[in-house]
Amino acid sequence: MEIIISNSSGIPIYEQIKEQIKAKIISNELKVNELLPSIRSLAKDLRCSVITTKNAYEELVHEGYVINVPSKGFYVAEINDEVVREELLNKIELLLDEAVRIAKLNSVDKKTILEMINILYEEE
Amino acid sequence: MMNNILEVKNLSKEYNDFELKNVSFELPKGMILGFIGENGAGKTTTIKSILNIVNDYTGEINVFGMNNRKNDKAVKEDIGIVLDDMFFPEILNPTDINVIMKDIYVNWDSKLYFKYLKEFSLPTNKQIKAFSKGMRKKLEIATALSHHPKLLILDEPTSGLDPVARNEVIDIFQDFIQNEECSILLSSHITTDLEHIADYIVFINKGEILLSKTRDELLEEYGIVKCTETEFKKINDSDLIRYRKSKYEYEVLVENKKEFNKKYSINTIDKITLEDLMVMMIKGVK
Repeated sequence: MEIIISNSSGIPIYEQIKEQIKAKIISNELKVNELLPSIRSLAKDLRCSVITTKNAYEELVHEGYVINVPSKGFYVAEINDEVVREELLNKIELLLDEAVRIAKLNSVDKKTILEMINILYEEE
Repeated sequence: MMNNILEVKNLSKEYNDFELKNVSFELPKGMILGFIGENGAGKTTTIKSILNIVNDYTGEINVFGMNNRKNDKAVKEDIGIVLDDMFFPEILNPTDINVIMKDIYVNWDSKLYFKYLKEFSLPTNKQIKAFSKGMRKKLEIATALSHHPKLLILDEPTSGLDPVARNEVIDIFQDFIQNEECSILLSSHITTDLEHIADYIVFINKGEILLSKTRDELLEEYGIVKCTETEFKKINDSDLIRYRKSKYEYEVLVENKKEFNKKYSINTIDKITLEDLMVMMIKGVK
């Protein structure tokens, strides 16, 4: 498994780990029931703190991508389309949130934004 | 079940010109705690109190769930120590040290010790006085690790080491905590070593703990905002921890850069390093 951590990207390291593992689960590179590296060995290999990898795994558990089996380890969960769709919608909402924030700050009205979305949607 | 390997509670001590004031922190099992601060901030005094080398302090220190003063011998058996000042006599060689340590520690492991010497490329039969500073440090680290301690206490363990050697040493520290029962207290003013691997950061200044948080809370959430005077004036006092004014800009230390950005829409917010944090906390205005 490859995980690439950037120390200058501004994205928290636990989030980088989380997102990359998630992507590997969605793309099926990590298979259902596969055992993930332990929190400690992953921290060592990525040269990051144990709490950082722990945070990443805990969020993956929370979002339903990974299962924690006490005293055994973390396993890839069986993900259903609903979880993936939820994830996608979250991502879209986050980006829209940013767009709306910028719009409000600069008094761009709702109508203009909706128009923009319409145009973007028609483009293929 | 005991979850903390080390607990320091209200440690206070008065010298003529220096004071430790209610120093408290905890180190859970399997974690690395970075103890940072300027030279003379109280790091070494705190460490020497934990080790019961200085004992005219008030407060309570528990190591492995035991009071450190009442269980001096048992506690020390399971602590590996690297202090800033080298304590081996110059005329000894590493093989002599093996002989001496066998008598000191019940769990001394000669095989492991020689394995570390080899890993660090240290000669076994050369007198210590011929060692470079880096070699001495490595010898101390090898010695500290070779009696299977559960807690490593390291005072400035990487000072005097070149970047490659520092890297090797850090690998060894991370190996050490692969066993979930083992923890490390690492004091340093070289903060870059700690930035990645420390789980907890405790920042001491003038004998007082200024900050005590997880690495992720500090380095992923705190930020330094760079702004103009007009922008600065709009910031509520409660939203800034410290600030510094320079000729061209204001630098403001904030607790949560995401929240701050949402509230104020000031776009230049830098990620912080421990070094920035130390400088801002010490030099910045409250």
